[in-house]
Amino acid sequence: MSRHSFLKSTVRGFAQAVSKALQSEHATTQKGLLQQLDPRVRVIGVFALVVSVILCRRLEAIAAIFLIAIALAVASRVRLGLLAKRVWLVVLGFSGVIALPALFLTPGEPLFTAPALHLSISMQGVRTAAFLILRVETAATLTTVLVLSTAWTHILKALRSLHLPAEVVTMLAMTHRYLFLLIETANQMFESRQSRAVGIVSGSAQRKMTARTAGVLLSKSIELSHEVYLAMLSRGFRGEVRLLTDFRLRPRDYVALTAFVFTSCMAAWIGR
Amino acid sequence: MHIPDGYLSPSTCAAFYLLAGSGWYAALKRIKQLLATRAIPLISVFAAFSFVVMMFNVPLPGGTTGHAVGIGVAAIVLGPWGSILAISIAIAIQALFFGDGGITTLGANCFNMAIVGSLTAYAVYRMVAANSNLNSRRRVLAAAVAGYVAINASALITAVELGIQPMLFHDAGGTPLYAPYSLHVAIPAMMIGHLTFAGLAEAVISAGMVSYLQRADVALLRGVSGLAHAPVPVIAGASADRSSGRLWWAVALLLLFTPIGILAAGTAWGEWSSADLMNPHTREQIGAASGNHVLPASVPVGIQKLSALWTAPFPGYAPRFVKNPLFGYLLSAMFGVGFLVLAPLFARVIARKRAMRSIGS
Repeated sequence: MSRHSFLKSTVRGFAQAVSKALQSEHATTQKGLLQQLDPRVRVIGVFALVVSVILCRRLEAIAAIFLIAIALAVASRVRLGLLAKRVWLVVLGFSGVIALPALFLTPGEPLFTAPALHLSISMQGVRTAAFLILRVETAATLTTVLVLSTAWTHILKALRSLHLPAEVVTMLAMTHRYLFLLIETANQMFESRQSRAVGIVSGSAQRKMTARTAGVLLSKSIELSHEVYLAMLSRGFRGEVRLLTDFRLRPRDYVALTAFVFTSCMAAWIGR
Repeated sequence: MHIPDGYLSPSTCAAFYLLAGSGWYAALKRIKQLLATRAIPLISVFAAFSFVVMMFNVPLPGGTTGHAVGIGVAAIVLGPWGSILAISIAIAIQALFFGDGGITTLGANCFNMAIVGSLTAYAVYRMVAANSNLNSRRRVLAAAVAGYVAINASALITAVELGIQPMLFHDAGGTPLYAPYSLHVAIPAMMIGHLTFAGLAEAVISAGMVSYLQRADVALLRGVSGLAHAPVPVIAGASADRSSGRLWWAVALLLLFTPIGILAAGTAWGEWSSADLMNPHTREQIGAASGNHVLPASVPVGIQKLSALWTAPFPGYAPRFVKNPLFGYLLSAMFGVGFLVLAPLFARVIARKRAMRSIGS
């Protein structure tokens, strides 16, 4: 490990998270198919499709939902390059590595045998690896298309109108809001520490530095929560949470909702 | 440890949503009693803090780095209920906004990390720290052990969830439909990484932060800002009395229903004795309940050896001297419940006596 590489990789992680959030925010402003639908329809529709992916027991049915997910992404003006970089390659790297040994470890009819290595790939192994990768790719594509087409505040409002407790929705909204502030604060602390580091820092000193930064961030977070609480009190907060849900379903939303539910049910039925 | 969509079957996901939902409900109720209107901003900002801490690269001995979840610190500072909510909110944002972890598996992920992790971390921390001074080295050690044990408990339960998938969900040709590895592969694969890197990262961050807080902000170690030991409001006390009354009624009702257990047919899966594995009738039942897997011809040596270690006083839920199974079952239930009720009462009396003695001295 090069010196201070843990600082660099942490700072890089922060930058990636912020850039991911900005990309999502930008994508939600596009004028595409999903963006024109009521957020409740988008949330229910995507969730129904994800559930049908999990219910399907036939690879062809899951592959069909994957194509539907791609079509939704194209119609919603989500760049396929962005999906490939953010979802497909990441999932392939993670789930692909997990699925690889299943080719050899799953017992069943041998499909290919390498006698020198005493290894054989079974038909069942190929199918289980395909199931895993295709399911994860499809579900992750659907979720990402939802995030890239719907503003976070709209997702939360949709969840509230679907009867998620108001306190939970408020906590999700506040966490998201202060998350970026804390990322920025932590980033500044790491950068200032990095700029003052001279020579080689021992492993023990690096661990202390990380724990101290986390400790300072904790103290700052608790102070921030007190300030937020006082600000809420000053605006008349008495413990009751009320959220505005001013969504109105239009005819096209009903059509889209029917299409989502019908497609999900059909996929689950065909793939049973 | 964030399980993506597609690794768990729909029924597993539904079961864990139910379990996590019960945990969230209990935690939300308890936190509202303890903190009233302060709960929302405190838990929200702490969840944001947990999210950021999960992104820290923690340098580990040997030159590598690892990521911590921050369960230990959350449980120590917020107490178990606050920690359940804060970690769950952080996991939900990771899944819903950043696509890290699935939507259908959100219940399972929250159960594993937020609920099992927080409760384990808090119990271990309280047990190891005991009544030591807030500034003592023992608290630092307790935090390290709590973080290490909690992350490994979460990893173990995750491995079990993944490991039971191929056993329960496969097609007619034997192809596993979800996570493909059975318990004997899933548990070591998951635990090796957590017993080493992830466990160390959690221990380092928990111990390091407690050590820092001891010098810089010791009030936070009282459990937020006194949260874990906050005086319970008068109304909450009344409701606690009512809940404990309801609990006693529930225990009595369960006791009355114990003979229902006798009606259960077949064998309890995985609870077979050496005799069950030798008996042709029970072997048939075991085979049927295990997807018609062929059982070994003789009793495995490990089971044979270990089964001789301990002989229960009430084998098969009936003391040897009782011939009637219904009466034996009831007697076992009464003995078990009586023991569980009396043991904490006895422990409480001893603790009170010790406390009185320490006040006197």
